[in-house]
Amino acid sequence: MSSGAADFEALLRQALAPVEPPADLAHRLESTLVSLTELAQEELDAWELSAMRDPRNWVRPVVAAVVGASAGTALVVLRVRARHRARKQRSKNPIELVERTFQDAVEEARRILRRR
Amino acid sequence: MAEEEELSGNKADIDARFTELYKTHLRDVYSYSYYRVGNHHDAEDLTEQTFLQAYRHFERALREANGRPLRPWLIRIAHNLAANFYRDRSRKPESGIEDADMISAPHTTESLVEGREQLKSILDGVQQLPDDRREALIMRFALGMDNREIARALGRTDGATKVLLHRAIRQLEGLVSEPAPQPEEALQ
Repeated sequence: MSSGAADFEALLRQALAPVEPPADLAHRLESTLVSLTELAQEELDAWELSAMRDPRNWVRPVVAAVVGASAGTALVVLRVRARHRARKQRSKNPIELVERTFQDAVEEARRILRRR
Repeated sequence: MAEEEELSGNKADIDARFTELYKTHLRDVYSYSYYRVGNHHDAEDLTEQTFLQAYRHFERALREANGRPLRPWLIRIAHNLAANFYRDRSRKPESGIEDADMISAPHTTESLVEGREQLKSILDGVQQLPDDRREALIMRFALGMDNREIARALGRTDGATKVLLHRAIRQLEGLVSEPAPQPEEALQ
């Protein structure tokens, strides 16, 4: 490799430096996962995930390892659970219901984080 | 079959491995997403969706990986989701990277202002490349993936990936070395 090419690749490596995820991303993602495990066992079953029969087993260690469950998580659970019936009525099948639930949880978590 | 039974019988182990995968590659997935979509908001969405999809198919991926690293599989999920993201929302990739200040992070002195301009023009050039070339460069330089990993993520052969990277770098060099259009040229 010529030195010119090596120099350019070095510049490219600098330009495309890895980007650290925002601190709240891990928090929100983990909160969302916790929310789903707590509010939608029947919906998760419909997701046809053999490995998700007891999602608490894996979500909990992730949360414990990084941030821990928060009061925000509880709020997400309550608010998303409250809208369960409306989502169910709008959904044509269980998979669609899961997708709506997930989107709802994400939006709720985002709203709560924005207010902090 | 025995391996399948062993996996399903050891869910705690699978969960621990997913946790490890998540912790190890959150930055990779986020970096890929960020350079792919060009802004933090959509990069966060893409990262979230990627890990949820990954968990959904993790058990099968473990079986099929046969001991190989799972990072290419994870990045391939992000790659597919990004394609769907643009299609579903009728969006186009942004023309530039949202936070140009980000590239100043590794630099600490004002003497590097010129270097910053150069890095900015490289980033602009990356955004102008065809999708496959841009993605190969992101995987190589932002994530540090080798040819074999990139090949697996893009579903190409190792040889084709080597050629793709070579052409991507040459094209980018050409774009960066082009003189900036003069104001009167830009108006024509």
